[in-house]
Amino acid sequence: MKTLNRRDFGVQLGLALAAAMLLPATKARADDMDVHIDNFVFQPAELKIKVGTTVTWTNRDDIPHTVVSAGKFRSKTLDTDDKFSFTFTNAGEYKYFCSLHPHMTGMIKVE
Amino acid sequence: MSGQDHGDDGVSRRKVLECMTWAGTGVLWTVTGGVPRSLGIIDSAEAATAAAPGMSFLQISDSHVGFDKPANPNALGTLEEAVNKINAMPAKPSFMIHTGDITHLSKAAEFDNAERIISQTKLDVHYVPGEHDFIDEEVKLYRERYGRGTKGYGWYSFDAGGVHFIGLVNVVDLKAGGLGNLGAEQLAWLEDDLRGKSKSTPIVLFAHIPLWTVYPQWGWGTEDGGRALEYVKGFGSVTVLNGHIHQVMQKVEGNVTFHTARSTAFPQPAPGAAPSPGPMKVEDAKLRSMLGVASISFKQNEQRLAIIDTPLQG
Repeated sequence: MKTLNRRDFGVQLGLALAAAMLLPATKARADDMDVHIDNFVFQPAELKIKVGTTVTWTNRDDIPHTVVSAGKFRSKTLDTDDKFSFTFTNAGEYKYFCSLHPHMTGMIKVE
Repeated sequence: MSGQDHGDDGVSRRKVLECMTWAGTGVLWTVTGGVPRSLGIIDSAEAATAAAPGMSFLQISDSHVGFDKPANPNALGTLEEAVNKINAMPAKPSFMIHTGDITHLSKAAEFDNAERIISQTKLDVHYVPGEHDFIDEEVKLYRERYGRGTKGYGWYSFDAGGVHFIGLVNVVDLKAGGLGNLGAEQLAWLEDDLRGKSKSTPIVLFAHIPLWTVYPQWGWGTEDGGRALEYVKGFGSVTVLNGHIHQVMQKVEGNVTFHTARSTAFPQPAPGAAPSPGPMKVEDAKLRSMLGVASISFKQNEQRLAIIDTPLQG
């Protein structure tokens, strides 16, 4: 078992401080949300987020999909592993669907 | 071949519709008055004889050129196999219909590759688009290639061998939570197209997504498909040919036969048999038994049609 000497401790502390100082820059990203498309389903199907949050959809199916909210946002066609991001700057309820497979629907609630 | 116009007396009151399907298993089914009955195991040669042509045409569907995922890493290759199968058929069909999803991602190269292979049949091909053919940025590649002389997003009709063919588009302007969609403009055109046609004229409706409700949980149906079927209700022989679901499925309702064709690219699961309708990975040895083409024959004056589904293998 390795013992922690004072010098190592100092290095650890320095790294921890550096991490703490970087935190404000990464905090916004930590709040960002992901929606996965698996088996023709948006997961989670409903998401509650705060204004300013960016949501990223990732298509993990072998079939292309889209993410479309009438008049609000529209992705290009997402092939396997393609992503689409949208930042919600206004509160409200955003219903969306896949324009290729319209039985696939989801909802983003922004407060 | 003369145009057929026999008046209403050409249709028997029972309006018996017979239909034969040779499925990949080699079982011949005959459907009389809507009741299917197996005639037992036959081989393909007998099936071909049973479907002796007055006029015959082929249906291919869902070639998904560009698809390269595990369910079939070479969709272009299996399309080519299907074309070879067609070219080896003893009786040359009059023409071919393609019920959509020619390409996987509507890329120009995918359309070009599809054309290069399909043109080797040396048959006239009448296309309707699938949703995969309309996903290029400007939604123009399909219509540039196949939209000449069509209305709206690509619907049209033509006559061949006394049969009236109508190609419909049900993959545009889909509504959230809904199914396939024809739309008011196309339905109005359809009603007009059928106006004045003798009720004894055999009608073939073809479109990508099934016009009947196969499985709404997976979007396998057309929201306003029932409206289109209303317009053809009085006709003695109606055949509805679709793709999209990558498997053979058939239903007979009165004078209307509904049939879906196999894909040439990859199989999809039976309704509800998997978590999603996505491409189904099967053993390599089994794949070609689940891909294929369909040939459809009409015998004039008999209110009778025959559909033979031929797998690539088996």
